[in-house]
Amino acid sequence: MTTPAHHFEDLGQQREAAALGMWVFLVTEILFFGGLFAAFAFYRSTHYDAFARAANLLDWRVGAGNTAVLITSSLMMALAVRAARLGRRRDLQLFLAATSLLGALFVAVKFWEYAHKAAEHLVPGFDFAVEGPWAQETRLFLGFYFVMTGVHALHMVIGICVLVTLWEMARRGVFSPERHALVENAGLYWHFVDIVWIFLFPMLYLMGAH
Amino acid sequence: MTTPHVRKGTPPKVYVSVYAVLLALTGLTVAAARFDLGRFNLAIALAIAGTKALAVIVYFMHARSAGRLIWLFAGAGFFWLAILITLSLYDPLTRGWLPPPEW
Amino acid sequence: MNRPDDYLNADYSVSSWLLTTDHKRIAILYLLSITLFFFVGGAAAVLFRLELMTPPGDLVGPETYNKLFTMHGVVMVFLFLIPSIPAVLGNFLLPMMIGARDLAFPKLNLLSWYLFILGSAVATTAILMGGLDTGWTFYTPYSTMFAHTNVVTGVLGVFIVGFSSILTGLNFIVTTHKMRAPGLTWFRLPLFVWALYATSLIQVLATPVLGITLLLLVAERGLGIGIFDPAIGGDPLLFQHLFWFYSHPAVYIMILPGMGVVSEIITCFSRKRIFGYPFIAFSSLAIAALGFLVWGHHMFVSGQSAYAGMVFSILSFLVAIPSAIKVFNWTATLYRGSISWQTPMLYALGFIGLFTLGGMTGLVLATLAVDIHVHDTYFVVAHFHYIMVGGMVMAYLGGIHFWWPKMTGKLYSEWWGRVSAAVIFIGFNLTFFPQFVLGYLGMPRRYHAYPDEFQVLNVLSTAGASILGAGYLLPFVYLLLSLKYGRDAGRNPWQATGLEWRTPSPPPTENFARVPEVREEAYAYGAEEAP
Repeated sequence: MTTPAHHFEDLGQQREAAALGMWVFLVTEILFFGGLFAAFAFYRSTHYDAFARAANLLDWRVGAGNTAVLITSSLMMALAVRAARLGRRRDLQLFLAATSLLGALFVAVKFWEYAHKAAEHLVPGFDFAVEGPWAQETRLFLGFYFVMTGVHALHMVIGICVLVTLWEMARRGVFSPERHALVENAGLYWHFVDIVWIFLFPMLYLMGAH
Repeated sequence: MTTPHVRKGTPPKVYVSVYAVLLALTGLTVAAARFDLGRFNLAIALAIAGTKALAVIVYFMHARSAGRLIWLFAGAGFFWLAILITLSLYDPLTRGWLPPPEW
Repeated sequence: MNRPDDYLNADYSVSSWLLTTDHKRIAILYLLSITLFFFVGGAAAVLFRLELMTPPGDLVGPETYNKLFTMHGVVMVFLFLIPSIPAVLGNFLLPMMIGARDLAFPKLNLLSWYLFILGSAVATTAILMGGLDTGWTFYTPYSTMFAHTNVVTGVLGVFIVGFSSILTGLNFIVTTHKMRAPGLTWFRLPLFVWALYATSLIQVLATPVLGITLLLLVAERGLGIGIFDPAIGGDPLLFQHLFWFYSHPAVYIMILPGMGVVSEIITCFSRKRIFGYPFIAFSSLAIAALGFLVWGHHMFVSGQSAYAGMVFSILSFLVAIPSAIKVFNWTATLYRGSISWQTPMLYALGFIGLFTLGGMTGLVLATLAVDIHVHDTYFVVAHFHYIMVGGMVMAYLGGIHFWWPKMTGKLYSEWWGRVSAAVIFIGFNLTFFPQFVLGYLGMPRRYHAYPDEFQVLNVLSTAGASILGAGYLLPFVYLLLSLKYGRDAGRNPWQATGLEWRTPSPPPTENFARVPEVREEAYAYGAEEAP
């Protein structure tokens, strides 16, 4: 149970490899979302006014509330990792459950927002109907809104699935203070997804608040 | 990064304080966006988001106790992101600078 | 007990191959898959080279022609060149070169291969459904609004293959950092490992941007979420920026590993320690880093700002420095070496010449004013084929010949090896040198018909392509024959240095009976006579 996989010399080497591998994976995620941020910055520079007006179609209160939800889930995740390090199985299960429930709440709110946008004919490519001089740029902005938050929400859903799996593994007592790289890595992933939202929120919701 | 006491060290108090700071900064960024500060709106929003991200990385993701190598890779990720954004912005930001050639 | 204890004979069942986590077996899986795609991509090239024998479009119509060169580009770039040296030779050799039993994440390695197969199956589906005609660059708005072909399927295939590439890069990076044998410091690593490491950095840093860009393309075409659509204020140039942020560094994914292979071969067959080891090592990293700063040189005439053009032009020239450093160091290694003309060496020398020509013509293209004259002509086509085919494919074949005895335990026919290297070199130059001239004279690329005055050069090029095609079939035949008739290679047929030669050929599943300890630098060839 606490022996390393056959190609590693010892557990320390295995643990370091897992940690480094996860961070390198997160680097690829930075660049994955980075393409979206670069594209957004590109248009924000060329369509500044139109984007600021279009941003007012989003309700910043919902965005801020969801930010709080996600930050809270990050706190729960950090505590879950701590519980795994200390070998406290019940705490680990508790915090994993809290993290994934808050994550699910975030996604639910997100979909509620989407449904509202659909009802207001604000979904590009799907019965889109905005009139006026900024109609086209509004469509562009909303395209970004849906792609960026959609890709983010997809990451959330994947994260929740991982957390639920970990919860079940924790219940079966798989993790120990020596062996819980999966929990550590899931934590890194979850915090990263949180960071993406930390940037998405002001860029999408608050651009036109003044 | 492998010594056990470092791996277990962080008391919950630290996490909760970081959490409080993150919430406060969220409130701050909402408040700052209500004022029209011209181009500073963006700068402030990005500075606050950057601070929050750094707090998450250092405390929640334990980069504080991680090795130099991990800092190097995380830094490389953000550095390359900066390359991507600045060099692609260079084109639209300088498009009007030269008059089109007269044929 | 009679069964030899090596990775090929460890188990003969199909599942032992399809579920293997042994890096050597996964390398063989990649070898088989990309060889298939090499010939698929080559078949497309044969067809359009035949079409270009005569000025009018008589063999295939314009639509078919567009689909053929798109298929050639997509298959050769994404399904052959990108995985070629890293996924085959890198997978096989990296753990052995650093004295490890496997890559850091063996299951992830197998997943990479399955993602490659899945992605290439999706891309192949697009081809079988009638293909796509956007060119391998998928430029918008053509790919989003005007093309009536299987763009979404093809793009999704490339998207999936991208993840395979990312995971391979990730695996190599972690392996190089964490799995080195005791005593194997960074400056004792073989230069091939440095090259793979630099390549992996590019794969990890650039490929995700391609992924999201292609996803945006699919969203625009499939869901109507226009991000690049000019009608709603989108900018097609943004697609090009994002695409080339990946695809220019991807050129270095397609050449850096080749440079690593050449460094190994040159020093071995000169029986001389490599000249300027740290310069070659760091120039790999420099090429990887600089490669990210030059993408705009693909867009000089696209309408990007003139200032951006100037900056990208200047930065592009910088890449010449580390590239030249490598060529000079290889040349200096050859100087007064006791050179033997074995097959791998012939390929490596071919690489140096062809890569130099390809690189120098790259400087011509990086010059703003000249590029306006030759952009989108056959000059460009010739230039990048000198890099990718003259460079990477030569290096890949050189590497295959160099390590074939290690991979299979068998020696191939040296005579046929030399013949094939010569035939490929001649065929290659006859195919692509006329294209430099054609482009300079103004023949644009991507047309199925052309004015009569270009025919002579086109016929030369097609003749060269047939020689080149025959040249590529030769190794396919005699390497396969060597499996049955070849002599046993022994541990180290070339008397090369490097940990991979210290273990039997073919190597045992665990690579080394005991983890080796490294006490000296790489390439201690003729150490006794070194000054």
